[in-house]
Amino acid sequence: MMKRLVVACCLMSISLLTAPVSFAAGTIKIGGLFAVTGPASFLGEPEKKTLELLVKETNDKGGINGVKLEAVIYDTTGDATKAVQLATRLIKDDKVSVIIGPSTTGESMAVIPVVEKEKIPLVSCAAGIKITDPAKHWVFKTPANDHVAAEKILNYMTSKKQKTIALLTVTDGFGASGREQLKAIASQKGFTIVADEVYGPKDTDMTAQLTKIRGIKPDAIICWGTNPGPAVITKNIKQLGIKTPLYMSHGVASKKYIELAGAEAAEGVMLPAGKLSVYDSFPKSDPQGRLLKEYDQAYKKAYGTEASTFGGYAYDAFLLISDAIKKVGSSPEQIRSGIEQTTKLVSISGIFSMSPKDHNGLDLSAFEMVKVTKGDWALLK
Amino acid sequence: MQFDQLLQYVLSGLSTGAIYALIGIGFSIIYNATGIINFAQGEFVMLGGMLTLLFLDSCKLPLWAAIPCAIAVSTASGMLFERLAIRPLRQPTPINLVIITIGGSILIRGLSMLLWGKDTHAIPPFSGEEPIAVGGATILPQHIWILGITLLIIAANKFYFYHTISGKAMRACAYNRRAAGLVGIDVRRMVLFSFIISSAMGSVAGIIVAPLTMTAYDVGVMLGLKGFCAAIIGGMSSGGATVVGGLILGILESLGAGLISSGYKDAIAFIILLLILFIRPQGLFGKAQSERV
Repeated sequence: MMKRLVVACCLMSISLLTAPVSFAAGTIKIGGLFAVTGPASFLGEPEKKTLELLVKETNDKGGINGVKLEAVIYDTTGDATKAVQLATRLIKDDKVSVIIGPSTTGESMAVIPVVEKEKIPLVSCAAGIKITDPAKHWVFKTPANDHVAAEKILNYMTSKKQKTIALLTVTDGFGASGREQLKAIASQKGFTIVADEVYGPKDTDMTAQLTKIRGIKPDAIICWGTNPGPAVITKNIKQLGIKTPLYMSHGVASKKYIELAGAEAAEGVMLPAGKLSVYDSFPKSDPQGRLLKEYDQAYKKAYGTEASTFGGYAYDAFLLISDAIKKVGSSPEQIRSGIEQTTKLVSISGIFSMSPKDHNGLDLSAFEMVKVTKGDWALLK
Repeated sequence: MQFDQLLQYVLSGLSTGAIYALIGIGFSIIYNATGIINFAQGEFVMLGGMLTLLFLDSCKLPLWAAIPCAIAVSTASGMLFERLAIRPLRQPTPINLVIITIGGSILIRGLSMLLWGKDTHAIPPFSGEEPIAVGGATILPQHIWILGITLLIIAANKFYFYHTISGKAMRACAYNRRAAGLVGIDVRRMVLFSFIISSAMGSVAGIIVAPLTMTAYDVGVMLGLKGFCAAIIGGMSSGGATVVGGLILGILESLGAGLISSGYKDAIAFIILLLILFIRPQGLFGKAQSERV
């Protein structure tokens, strides 16, 4: 009874004071490390916005088990050194119980030693397989591994009896990791890579690489990159009149890609997409359908733009954490073991089932193969 | 087959090279009038594309009206830049001016990021997207626009510098500022003119490439650097040499990506830049420095 009164008083004083008030004992602090500006801002910005949205929503509903949340978010600008400094600051000065982020694989790898030493759980929003393979005690991540997306494409190609592949990957971390995974899985599955071309993240014309590929005549082209490169490539392919099937990575699974490349040029492009981009075409029985729709609409309402798969990574992280707090408790160790015990948690990127050996918890079902049809995504069966 | 490929490499190279040339000339005009390298040149290229988008999307203007508006606004911002950042400087040593232009470029980029966000945007092509076959290679209608507009601007440029009073005055400033001032040329006005011309040219370059390459707040950095390379190859001349420099750069890049390895594409541009600076600092076609004095 007494406790409830105290909580009620706290709530009242919060509503009375317009300035945000933090109660050392009354809030759970969640740290956020996102590349809000800089080259990886397409990841960090939706992640930050999503976390802010979720914290606000949760607090409006009265917090978790009656305890309010507080998000402390820093911009790492995609710089690993800065990420390490800011992680230390989150732990030592802000005394957060858990950290969401960083946005990129490089930063996440740099921050891991810090959180392992300070014993603070980290839920990374980066896709690199190294982050959770091998599993580290305090480190989790929400995006599915790159190799899951690569495997999805290659499985689909097997079903279409396509044997020779031309790779065209971007020369940044995302492209390099995709190239590595594609080559490894392709050789396992008996594909032949006949061309292995790259392009720079800021390149504006890839006709040279594509002309070379056109001369080799592969069964399929796989392009691995994030906008705007893949959109330029899609236009170049149309210009050169190449009819070879084109596969893209999950990195362009947003409407922005179709808009940039133009619906006509993008027609027929296939890619593994996170479920957020295609929830409209799901059957009603799909367990994720409702959640995806809610997130997309809430995000649109708050920020006026479509929610992206990348923001979804922060959503997953938040859901894993709040689920752990609800079930186990709010100390760093309790959050950690709570996340590790997650089973069949329905979220944005997929359905998470963690174990001490698997700190990612997603499988091939995290992606759906889609094809661009008339300026929209259509599920491939 | 081999010939088709080669032709495609050359055509792709020519169209990217034309853009480098246009940006490169912007660099050399300002260099000749003021002796400084305006590292904010790339930002005017970005402004051209982004402003076109602004007029298209927010003001709902048709493309033919949005383009002149975008050129006008970026030219005005080039003028403002000269008035606010270059002219008030008390001790205009080259190093101070160069640092100011770098600062200016960061400022313009930052403001555009705040204004328009970090997304990449597409601009519709001027006349359709149906590829045109040339021999065994294909180009887009937009490539013809790029080559045509570049040629037109270079011709207009030539006319201005050799057949009008203010163009001749600007050339006089390039040869010797002090002497130009002594014969009654308002050197500071010529400097302002040079900023106006080069920011207008930069924005045109940004607009005509945007339908192919798309545009974002940070496209100016790489395009600016490539334009700078073109200007260096051309020995900072504001005429044909820089154009040839741009075209050479574009073709070498595309041949390098096609025949050697696409990983070395950007390296090729910068290796050329370094070689030229070491071996022929006066540019590929320039006469030796001593003769110019």
